[in-house]
Amino acid sequence: MADLRVDFCGIKAPNPFWLASAPPTDKAYNVVRAFRAGWGGVVWKTLGEAGPPIVNVSGPRYGAIHAGDRRVIGFNNIELITDRPLEVNLQEIKQVKRDWPDRALVVSLMVPCTEDSWKAILRQVEDTEADGVELNFGCPHGMSERGMGAAVGQVPEYVEMVTRWCKQHSRMPVIVKLTPNVADIKGPAAAAKKGGADAVSLINTVNSMMGVDLDAMTPSPATGGYGTHGGMCGPAVKPMALNMVADIARTPHLQGIPISAIGGIETWKDAAEFMAMGAGTVQVCTAAMVYGFKIVEEMKTGLAAFMDEKGYARLDDFVGRAVPKVTDWQYLDLDYAVKAHIDQDLCIKCGRCHISCEDTSHQAISALKDGVRHFEVIEEECVGCNLCAVVCPVEGCITMVPLQPGEVDKRTGRVVGTPINWTQHPNNPMRAAEPAE
Amino acid sequence: MSDTGITAGRLPPDDYARNFADLHPPLDRYEAKVAADRCFFCYDAPCMTACPTTIDIPLFIRQIATGNATGAAKTILDSNIMGAMCARVCPTEQLCEEACVREALEGKPVEIGRLQRHATDALFATGKQLYQAGPSTGFRVAVVGGGPAGLSCAHRLATLGHTVTVFEAQKKLGGLNEYGIAAYKATNEIAQCEVGYILGVGGIEVKTGQALGRDIHLGDLARDYDAVFLGIGLAATNALGIADGGFAGVDDAVDYIAGLRQASDLSALPVGRRVVVIGGGMTAIDIATQVKRLGAEEVTIVYRRGPAEMGASPYEQEVAQTSGVTIRHWAMPKALVGANGRVTGIAFERTALADGKLTGTGETYELACDQLFRAIGQAFVASDLEDSLIELERGRIRVDGAQRTSHPKIWAGGDCVGSGSDLTVVAVEHGKQAALSIDSMLRAATAA
Ligand SMILES: Cc1cc2nc3c(=O)[nH]c(=O)nc-3n(C[C@H](O)[C@H](O)[C@H](O)COP(=O)(O)OP(=O)(O)OC[C@H]3O[C@@H](n4cnc5c(N)ncnc54)[C@H](O)[C@@H]3O)c2cc1C
Ligand SMILES: Cc1cc2nc3c(=O)[nH]c(=O)nc-3n(C[C@H](O)[C@H](O)[C@H](O)COP(=O)(O)O)c2cc1C
Ligand code: SF4
Repeated sequence: MADLRVDFCGIKAPNPFWLASAPPTDKAYNVVRAFRAGWGGVVWKTLGEAGPPIVNVSGPRYGAIHAGDRRVIGFNNIELITDRPLEVNLQEIKQVKRDWPDRALVVSLMVPCTEDSWKAILRQVEDTEADGVELNFGCPHGMSERGMGAAVGQVPEYVEMVTRWCKQHSRMPVIVKLTPNVADIKGPAAAAKKGGADAVSLINTVNSMMGVDLDAMTPSPATGGYGTHGGMCGPAVKPMALNMVADIARTPHLQGIPISAIGGIETWKDAAEFMAMGAGTVQVCTAAMVYGFKIVEEMKTGLAAFMDEKGYARLDDFVGRAVPKVTDWQYLDLDYAVKAHIDQDLCIKCGRCHISCEDTSHQAISALKDGVRHFEVIEEECVGCNLCAVVCPVEGCITMVPLQPGEVDKRTGRVVGTPINWTQHPNNPMRAAEPAE
Repeated sequence: MSDTGITAGRLPPDDYARNFADLHPPLDRYEAKVAADRCFFCYDAPCMTACPTTIDIPLFIRQIATGNATGAAKTILDSNIMGAMCARVCPTEQLCEEACVREALEGKPVEIGRLQRHATDALFATGKQLYQAGPSTGFRVAVVGGGPAGLSCAHRLATLGHTVTVFEAQKKLGGLNEYGIAAYKATNEIAQCEVGYILGVGGIEVKTGQALGRDIHLGDLARDYDAVFLGIGLAATNALGIADGGFAGVDDAVDYIAGLRQASDLSALPVGRRVVVIGGGMTAIDIATQVKRLGAEEVTIVYRRGPAEMGASPYEQEVAQTSGVTIRHWAMPKALVGANGRVTGIAFERTALADGKLTGTGETYELACDQLFRAIGQAFVASDLEDSLIELERGRIRVDGAQRTSHPKIWAGGDCVGSGSDLTVVAVEHGKQAALSIDSMLRAATAA
C-alpha cells in the first residue's frame, strides 16, 4: 500500500491533503471535524493583528458559476480574514495542535506592512507550537484596499521584504502564499525565494465578478445595491493554477523550492496532476465547502490506488515527474502531426464535430456518405487541431492519431519523421544560423 | 356477486382525479433546465428530421435552457401551431425521441415532449398572443372540419392574410383533441385552451353545427370560395363483422371516449365490471386503460395478431398493462353470447399465420364480460362528399405531396386522406402544407 506521508519543508503530515486557509479552517470546531475526517493538515484561516476584530459584510459573501446540473464549477467570495478575536484563535490553535500532534497545523497571517506588526504576531503564533506560518499575500478584495494581501503580493520587493522579516523573527518554516493576479508569477515567487521562504503556496483567488443582475442592473451578488469584485476559486481556476505551478517548477532559478498547490482541487486526480507538476502538498477550499470534509476519503484512497497501480511507493517517486515535459511553444516539434479519427462504432451521429469544423475550422469532416448521415474525417483537410474531439460528447469516440515516421501528411504532402522546431524552421525570420538544442 | 352489470361510481370519489391526472406530469423549472441541458444541440438534428412538422428542437431546447421559454414556444408554434397538444399526445418514443442521439448513447433520450409542453405551458400562462392575421389578400378560403388538420390550415392561412371560414359539424372545435384523445393526456381543458389560442390570431370565422353533406355542400363551397380545405377526419367506425345480436352492453369505443371527454363528473360514467375490448390500435389501448381507471375490475384487450403488429406502440401497450389491462393476442371474435338482452360473453377463435395469411385455427374459447367495446378502426365517410368531385384512394381522399386533391380548388389533409397516418402531428403538418400550397396558388393567380 502506497505511503502517503509527507515532509513539506520540515512540516510532517500523514497525507498531502491539507485544507487551505479559509472558512473550513476558521475555528477549532471545523478543524477538529476535518482532522476526524482524515485531512493531513490545515492552514488556519488568516489571522490579523490584535485589536478590534475584522468586520465582514452581512450581505451575500459568495457567488458561483453553476453548470447546468447545478454543479459548482466556479466560486467567488468577498470574505475578509478571520473576524474572530486574535486571542481566541491562538488559544484554539494551541489546543488543537496539542490534541492532534500528528497533523500539520500551519497558521496563515496578514498584518500591516511594518516589521513590528509581523514581529509581534510571529511571537504569538510561535507560542501555540503551530508547525509553521503561511503569509497571505493574496487576498484580492477588501484587505488589499488597506495595503495588505494582494497589495503586497503584487510587488515583489514587498514580498521579499516581509518574507525576510518573518525568517528573521521566527524559527518556524515560512510558506509564502502567492496571488495569481499578476502578469508573471515568477516575479513574486523569486522574491519569496530571495527573502528566504521555505516554500510557496499558490494560488489564492482570482479577481472576478460573477455576473450582472439584469433586473436590478447591479453586479451579482450585491450588498445594498452595490457590488464589488471578489476572488474566484473552484474547478474553473484549476488550469490557471496548474500553469503557475508548472511555471515555478520548471524555471531553473526557482527550482527546488517546495510548492503547496492550491486551486480547484476536487479529486485525487486533480491532486496527482499538481503533484506530477511539482507540488509536494495540495490545499483544498472550495471542494470542501461544496461537498463537506468526507471528500478526503476519496482523495486518499484514489491517490493510493493510483500509486499502487503505477508502482510508486512514496509520493516523492512521482512528484515533479511531468515537469521536464513542459517547454516553450518554440521548442514544440512542428513535424509531428496527428489526424482526427472517428470510431464509427461509438459515433452517435450528433454531428457536432462536423458543424464545429465546418463553421469555425478546417472543413475537414464530411456529414454524408452515399446520401446518409455519416461523419468522417477528410485527412487532406485535417490540421489535427483537436476541436472535434473536444466537442464530441462521447468519450473516446474521436481520437487524435499520430502519423508515424515515413507516413505522408495528406494535407501538406510532407513525409513526417524529421523533427524541426520553430527556432530551426525556414519560415522563421529570426532563425538562428545553427539549430538551437 | 351483487354487482355484475354496468354501473357508475365504482371507485371512491378521490380516485377519479388521481386516475385521470396527467400521464406525464409537467416539468418544473429546475427539471426543465436539467432536461434541457442534456441536449447536444446536434447539427442537422435527427430529432428535427423525425418530427413530422420539423420543429427546430435543438433551438427551442436551448431557449429553455437559457430561460427564454416564450422564445422557445414561438420556435415550436412557428412549425406546429398545435405544439401544446402534440407535446402531450405524440408517440415521441417513435418520433423525435427515438431519433435523439442520446437514445443511441445511453438509451435515454432528451425528454423532448415534456420540454415542449414546458415551453408551450409557459407561453399560455403569460396569455401573450404571438400571431396576428396578415395584411388582407381579399381571398376567402373554406375549411371543413375543425380538428388538428383544419385548424392548422386555418391558422396558417390567416397569418398569410386570407379570410377563413371554418365549418364544423360538432358543437366544439378541436376534433379528436377534444373528443378522442385519452383524458389523462389532455388535462385542464388544454384542447379548448389551444383552440382559443389558435383563433386568437384573428381573421377566422367559425361556424359550428355545420356538416358537410347535410348543411353545406362541397360543390357550393368550391364555387363560392377561392379554395377549400377538407379536414373531416374519419367520421365512422368499423363494424365487428359478427352479428351483435342487438345486445345491450356492446359499445363503440370512440363514442364512449367522446362521452368521457365531455363528462363533467367521471364518477357518473357507467362502466362494466368485466370488460372486453376488441382491437389493437391506439383506440383499443385508450378505451381499455380509461375504463380500467374508471373502476372496471377486469379489462382484456383481444387482438387478432401479435404484439408487433399492434397499431399501438410498445410504450402505449405498456401504459395499458401497467394500468392493469390484460392484452391477449392471436384470437378473433366468433360470436357474442347474451342473456336477457344483455351481453354476457364473447367467443373467440384462435388465429395463426399460415403462409403469411391470418387464419382461424378452429380452436375457440370464451371470455365472460358485461361490457364489450369495438375498437377496430375508424372509417372515412365518403358520402359526405356527395357527388364525386374528387378522387379517392383506399377509401380515403387522394392527395399529392402538396395536399392537393384531384379538384384544382380543393385541398385535404389529416386522417381523411389516403396518406394520413392517424397521428395528430401529421394532421397538423398536412394542414400547414395545404395552407402554404393554397397561398402560393392564390398569389400566383393574382400575379398572372
Ligand atoms: C381514441 C383515439 C385516440 C387517439 N390518440 C392519439 C394519440 O395519443 N396521439 C396521436 O398523435 N394521435 C392519436 N389519435 C389520432 C388523432 O386523434 C388523429 O390522427 C387526429 O385527430 C386527426 O386530425 P384530423 O383533423 O384529421 O381529424 P379529426 O381530429 O377527426 O377532426 C375532424 C373534424 O372534422 C369534423 N367533421 C367530420 N365530418 C364532418 C363533416 N361532414 N362536416 C363538418 N365537419 C366534419 C369532426 O367533427 C372533427 O372536428 C387518436 C385517435 C383516436 C380515435
Ligand atoms: C470564502 C473564502 C475565504 C477565503 N479566505 C482566505 C483567507 O482568509 N486567507 C487565504 O490565504 N486564503 C483565503 N481563501 C483562498 C483559499 O485559501 C484558496 O487559496 C482558494 O480558495 C483556492 O482554492 P480552491 O479552488 O480549492 O477553493 C479564501 C477562499 C474562500 C472561498
Ligand atoms: S482535428 Fe480539427 S481540423 Fe481535424 S477534423 Fe477535427 S476539428 Fe477538423
